Formats: sequence, C-alpha cells, structure tokens
Amino acid sequence: MPCLSVFRRRLSVCAMLVLAGACRTVPDNSITLRFWAMGAEGEVVARMMPEFERENPGVHVRVQTMPWSAAHEKLLTSFVGEATPDVAQLGNTWVPEFQAIHALEPLESYIARSNVVRPDAFFRGIWDTNVIDDTTFGIPWYVDTRVIFYRKDLLAKAGYPSIPDTWAGWRSAMEAVKRQQGLTRYAIFLPTNEWAQPMVLGLQAGSPILKDGGRYGAFSDSAFARAFDFYLSLFRDHLAPVAGTNDVANVYQEFSRGMFAMWITGPWNVGEMRKRLPAELQHAWGTAPLPGPTGDASGVSLAGGSSIVIFHASPHKEAAWKLVEYLARPEQQLRFSRLTGDLPASIAAWRDSSLSGDEHFRAFYTQLQRVRPIPKVAEVEIISSKLIEASESVIRGHVPPQRALASLDRDVDQILEKRRWILAHEAKAVAREAAR
Amino acid sequence: MKRGPEGAQARAAWYFLAPALVLIGLFFFLPVAASLLLSVTDFDIYALGNASLARFVGLGNYANLIHNPTFWTAVKNTFYFALVGGPLTVAVSLGAALLVNARAVRLRGVFRTVYFTPFVTTLVAIAVVWRYLYHPRYGLLNYLLAHVGIGPIDWLGDPRWAMPAIIVMAIWKNFGYNMLIFIAGLQSIPEELYEAARIDGAGALRRFRHVTIPQLAPTFLFVGVVTMIGYFQLFAEPYVMTGGGPLRATTSLVLFMYEEGFRWWRMGVAAAIAFVLFAIILIWTLLQMRLQRERA
Repeated sequence: MPCLSVFRRRLSVCAMLVLAGACRTVPDNSITLRFWAMGAEGEVVARMMPEFERENPGVHVRVQTMPWSAAHEKLLTSFVGEATPDVAQLGNTWVPEFQAIHALEPLESYIARSNVVRPDAFFRGIWDTNVIDDTTFGIPWYVDTRVIFYRKDLLAKAGYPSIPDTWAGWRSAMEAVKRQQGLTRYAIFLPTNEWAQPMVLGLQAGSPILKDGGRYGAFSDSAFARAFDFYLSLFRDHLAPVAGTNDVANVYQEFSRGMFAMWITGPWNVGEMRKRLPAELQHAWGTAPLPGPTGDASGVSLAGGSSIVIFHASPHKEAAWKLVEYLARPEQQLRFSRLTGDLPASIAAWRDSSLSGDEHFRAFYTQLQRVRPIPKVAEVEIISSKLIEASESVIRGHVPPQRALASLDRDVDQILEKRRWILAHEAKAVAREAAR
Repeated sequence: MKRGPEGAQARAAWYFLAPALVLIGLFFFLPVAASLLLSVTDFDIYALGNASLARFVGLGNYANLIHNPTFWTAVKNTFYFALVGGPLTVAVSLGAALLVNARAVRLRGVFRTVYFTPFVTTLVAIAVVWRYLYHPRYGLLNYLLAHVGIGPIDWLGDPRWAMPAIIVMAIWKNFGYNMLIFIAGLQSIPEELYEAARIDGAGALRRFRHVTIPQLAPTFLFVGVVTMIGYFQLFAEPYVMTGGGPLRATTSLVLFMYEEGFRWWRMGVAAAIAFVLFAIILIWTLLQMRLQRERA
C-alpha cells in the first residue's frame, strides 16, 4: 500500500493526507470492474466483494444493483449507448438475446484454461442454457426450477401420502382432493397468467416447443397438443381455479386456508412459506418433483436461474473472468445461497447439509437432475407471452383449443420470420466464403 | 428577404427566434422524422446489434397492423375509453363546476381544492389505492354494493368490467382540471344575461339551456379537445392497474406501442403504431373543431 511506502517524503505527505482524511491513493495499475446485478442478488453480492478484492490486489469491483423490472431495458440501453458493464448477472433465458446482438464474450477459451469452472461441476440442464450453437456464453450462478408445493395433510386426508409420479396418478390425486375439499375449493393453483406451467407440461410431453432449429412454432403438433389438453382439462374439471396471480390477494393465506392443495412454483417460496404460513402448518407442507406423463423420468421442469456473463466490450476480460471463477467456486456458491436463499448451481455446493439435509430443498435437488431449457432463441420471451394469451383465450374466452394452438403457431411463425431471414442470410454468407 | 428597415426587422426576428427554432427542430422535428423513417423499416433487437440487419419494408408494418387482431383490440379499447370516458369526464366536470360555483354553497375554496387534488396526485399512487377499492373480495366498492344486494364484481379481473373500472378512475382523476376551466368560463358569463332571462320568465333549467350552455361553447371546445387528446393517449392507468389484461380488454394503443417498442424492441412496428395514433388524434380534433364551428 502506498501509505506504507518506503519513501519517507511520500510517507510524510501521506500521513498529512491521512490526517486530512484524503489518503485514497490507488496503485496506478489498478482496475475497476463494473458488475451489474439485480435486486436482492445485487445487494448481497456486494458483501462478497471485499474477499475477492483481497485475493486480487489491484482489482476493485463496483457493484451496481438494478431492479429486475428495469434490468432488461437498462442492459439493452447500455449496449446501444456502448456503456455495458464488464460483468453482469443475466437471466439465463436472456442469454440467447444478448448473444444475438453480439454483446457477450464467448467463454470457451477461458473455460479450457480454468480449473474451477468445468461444465460437469454444474447441473447439466442449467449449464446447457448458456450454450448456443456449441459455444458457452455464461456461467451458471444460481438456479431456479419449478416443483410442486403441496399440503401434505390435505393429500393424506384424500388418501395420498405422496404425489404420484405419473400424469394419470397425479390427476387421480387431484380428483380425490377435490372430492374431499368440496366445490368451493380446488386441488391445484395454476395461475392463468403464467406461461411456465403449460410450457413445462409441453416439454414433459416431448414437445420441442419450436422446430427446425427454432425457425417455426411446434405448438399445434401432437406432443404439445396433448400436454395442452391435459393442462386445460384441469380447469375444465374445476380442479384448478380460473384465476391469475392478480386475482388471488394473498396466495399464502389461501394456501393455509386450503383454497388449493398444490401449487407449482419456485425455490423463493420455500423461504416465504416458512415466514408466512402459521406455525401449526409448518409441518403440513412439503415439496415434490414434478410428475411426468409416463413416470418420474419424464417429469422434467424448467432450467431457470441466472448466469454470470462477460460483456464483449469489456477492456478487463481477464480480471472479469477471475470474478466469474470466484463466484462459481462451490464455497462462494454456498455462501451466496445462504445469504439470498437462491439455490446454488454448483453440484458440490449441494453436498452441504444445510441443503442436502433440508426436506423442502431435497425436491429441488431431484428436480435439477431433470431440467430442460426453453428454446434458445432471442424471441423466447414474446413467444412465452403469446402462449399465455393463447391459453387464456381457451380458459377464459372459450376458444376451441385446436384453433388457439393453430393461431399461436401462426403468430410465432410470424415473430420468427426475422430469425429465419437472418439464418438464411448467414448461411448464404458462409457459402460465399466457402466458394471463395 | 426584403431590404430596408422592414428587412432588418425581419432578420432580427429570425435571430431572436433561431435558438427556439433550433431546439424545436433538434428535439422535436428531427425525432419525428426519424421515427417516420423507423416506421418503414423492421428495426428490432437484431438491428440493435448490427444495423445492417434492419430491412426497408415500406408500408409493411402498417399492413401487418391491419392484420393484427391485437391492434384492432387496442383501437377498439382506445375508442371505448375516449368516447365513453371523454364525454363523461366533461359532464362530471361541468356538474362539479356548477355545484362549486353556486352561490348557496359554502366553503367553495375548500371544495375546489378537494376536487382538484386527484389531478395533481401521482397516478401510480392513485392506481394502487384504486386497486384496493376494486378488489373483488376485500374491496370497498364491492362491500358497498353488497349492501344494496349486488353480488361481487371482479372489477379488474373480468374482461367486461375492466374498462369501465378504468374509466371511472380516470374520470375521478381528471375532472378537477376541467372543472377549474369551467368555473373560469362560468364566471365570465355576464350576470346581465341571467337577469334578462329571469325577467323574461326563464326558470333555472331554461337559463342553463339557453344562457350557460351557449356562453360556454368556447370552453366546451377547449375542454373537449384537450380531454380527447389526453384520453386517446391512455397508457399509465392500464399499465399500472391491469397490465393491459384481462384478455387484452384494457390494452390501449399507447400501451400496445410501448409493449412492441420497449418490451419486444420492435421499434419499426412501434413507430408505425405511433403514426396511426397521430392520424387518429389529428382527424378527431379536426372533426371536433369542424362540428363546433358548424354549430356556432
């Protein structure tokens, strides 16, 4: 540190400056990494930075926290304004979009040299969300997948000590709960304004969601149509209420009242349930991996979560990679998980008893072995929103399912027109290059 | 430019106007021209990364809008809101102005302030409170309706009720401003006219019909035009309260434009929607002014 420098003169000057409260001299070769993170993760990760800075003298990390609701816009705007950060947290479904605009640094060469970041140190399905055309553009930070949260007491009363692992068994369990609970209560809450549930069921039935390398929609194909029919039948037979997340004022209260006995949702609700459910119910709720059409192997779920990416325009890519490696280490993953409640993406971190010994997190561990990414195209968010529109039009607007799926495919094909054009454009350029 | 003193005067005028003109040109006409250009391209997220991926599509964006059912839903919702909400707002404002202006009312200043308060309150704060009022189970409105035997209405969750709910809130928020203008209009009506009408034997209703209304005609035109222009640009209310749902029942043109532009980054389409909205407002305003002139 310069204040302890051997030069006396400098020392005395520095001492004076210290007295003046202004001795903040930084080594000339120091660099400042700009790291953007979202919401609670951003607040927490700032606390992990001093240790990284101690390990890497001369590297200073400036963490900027942004709210999730504004993050996507801010990141894109920063790209347009050529003011992207060095490192950022990115929702892993956003990776294809930022890759499409060439904002991200490919990480293959860094991974090849690393002894911390190895693909097999992470859940396969989660790692896969960052790989586009065989190139890796992000490292998993934390994971998010959907499982069933359920009232063990209500299911037991209906004769089901656990949730069956096939669709048929699951459905029978729902019917039994409905019979037990009566007309005004429901077996499962599937918010009509969420795309995750129909999407997951589609993936479970073997639908690729998009076909021909993400060029066309595959919603009216038989696999998705079968899943869609199963999903709709739960509303048709009053096993699920026709309600979105906005229509239920306090979902935890309704869950404790037994308004519904099952709910498909994510890991953040483990903490919420512990905080919000009354004490007498704390032993009455559980989590379970999703059932599948033909048993547990087919019970896949979403490979969600956030990745850490390095921006292509960063002038400090080596230091940025060090930060990525630091955050990917199992012990840091575990520490981060303790601070936020997010689930670690590193498999080694799960060996810790606070996770592997926890009855509510165990279902997530099982589920994470079988997660699938949603199609890795830049347009995936708008396609998901179209899926909500299509399913709501059937559930609330009484449009026949076949018609809704056909028009969904039409919309999706139109949305993907630009992508098809660009793929053709690139293929032509490659052919021209080869001819030369 | 002319020579001589007149020419010098004109030149001086230009110099004085220049800063303002440059600013208007730079920050108003240039962006408008740029978005007109944008509206004939398919500028999108890909073009953001590589500008050469933007294609000239001519009127393609406009043609696609015509075939887009969501666009027509947005047009329909916008007209629903403006044509029902606009006249109702004007009527409520006039009613409030008459009440507050009446001689018999005490504490006129207090009422004026109270009625004006919603207009200056942040919309997001208002929307949050109104969402509580509208809550199907625990909301005040349904609680009151239950007393007169009307079953619970899912105000913001039912596609049939969502737009009326938004209209009611918008009227409540906006009538205060128009009310002040109407009060000013009312106070500028010469007292002699009322006196003369009274001497001729006109009752309160006839005085209102034959003195107040004709005298307020210019005020009506102003209030009508300003309200309609504002209402055609409906955005924040559905954005905060319903997100455009349920089943797109409250998606307005501006909300649709926002979604296309800043959620999906289809700037070309968004720019095209902006120009369609511009055309609608322009035509409507001309129509309104023409109607008023004919009547006058």
